[in-house]
Amino acid sequence: MEIKVWGQDCSYCKKLFYSATEALADLNLSAEVEWVEDVKEILSHGVMSSPAMVVNGKVKVAGRVPSRAVLRKMFEEEK
Amino acid sequence: MLKALADLIVYRLFGVAADSRLGDSLDFFFYDTMKIFLLLLVIIFAVAIIRSFFPPERARKLLGNRREYVGNFLAALLGIVTPFCSCSAVPLFIGFLESGLPLGVTFSFLISSPTVNEVALVMLWGLFGWEIALIYVVTGVVLAFISGIVIGKLKLEHLVEEYVYQIRMGESEIHEPTWRERYEYARDYTKDIIKRVWLFVLVGIGLGAWIHGYVPVDLVVKYAGPGNPFAVLIAVLIAIPLYSNAAGTIPIVQALVEKGMPMGTSLAFMMAIVAISTPEMIILRKVIKPKMIAIFAGIISVSIIFIGYLFNFIFARMAFLIK
Repeated sequence: MEIKVWGQDCSYCKKLFYSATEALADLNLSAEVEWVEDVKEILSHGVMSSPAMVVNGKVKVAGRVPSRAVLRKMFEEEK
Repeated sequence: MLKALADLIVYRLFGVAADSRLGDSLDFFFYDTMKIFLLLLVIIFAVAIIRSFFPPERARKLLGNRREYVGNFLAALLGIVTPFCSCSAVPLFIGFLESGLPLGVTFSFLISSPTVNEVALVMLWGLFGWEIALIYVVTGVVLAFISGIVIGKLKLEHLVEEYVYQIRMGESEIHEPTWRERYEYARDYTKDIIKRVWLFVLVGIGLGAWIHGYVPVDLVVKYAGPGNPFAVLIAVLIAIPLYSNAAGTIPIVQALVEKGMPMGTSLAFMMAIVAISTPEMIILRKVIKPKMIAIFAGIISVSIIFIGYLFNFIFARMAFLIK
């Protein structure tokens, strides 16, 4: 599973990164969350709001920080 | 009802005399605190629900590649309802330009978004009444509209970093949230905002209450009153480093208005606090050259100073006519 969290230097963005990492640990999945700051990459997915999360090339989150439970569900769908 | 509750707490529970300075200040503090927190809960929740319908990706579609004027107006309105954190300023800026939107229209959005913010709205509504809150929103939209048009007319496209025009944006279908997701978003957002501002609100209302009870009218009128022609200018300069602290400063402004600070000076001060957003400008440096940031800040500052003098004039005339 390829997981990318796109964000800038802001507290919301970091929160998504850590929540996603924790959600992965909850599920005992070995995948890693990649932190991306390059604006080109997020725009190429048609998204303009941070933080955003792309799992296996699919935009799962844009402009909000979902709860850990919701993130777990997203990862299980894409596992 | 809240007033009665505040009276009950201060005069009965604490046993402070009703006509004392302390009693006056405390009563003011409890009443305002209860009112503001209630309003924060209700209004921020409602605003967040409305915003869940307008993600930036939709704003981009709605704006299409509209030209000046209509575009500026629509962008200023969308700036209010689109959820936006200054950390999204870069992708938003590029995304808007990429869709063919003129630079000035993009700036109308970037100005209205922080200016007309929900915390300032709550504070104004709670402390000054809905009329002033409405004047504030309308003025914010006009400020964004006009500043955007001026930036458009100046033809500053060459001050945008070159790489911006080379980025191509991909297509995405906008995920339509369910009502449950909207509710969860609004609930988390409200919690988050209250967690961030509650201390400032308390300190601000506390200082306001202290001014209400202790600072003499003459002092405020002497320094910030209609007699000082530089008051608006100084108010805007003081406001610049106070960015994002609408929660803490508006109660103080309200107390100062009661003591004789003119409404135009106060509006200019509050608008400068939110509109001249230093973090947003630092982030925008990634997409525009420093010269353009200076022009951008200059246009907003001058517009706000103008708004301050204009409202001082209007309110003075209104007071004169009412008399």
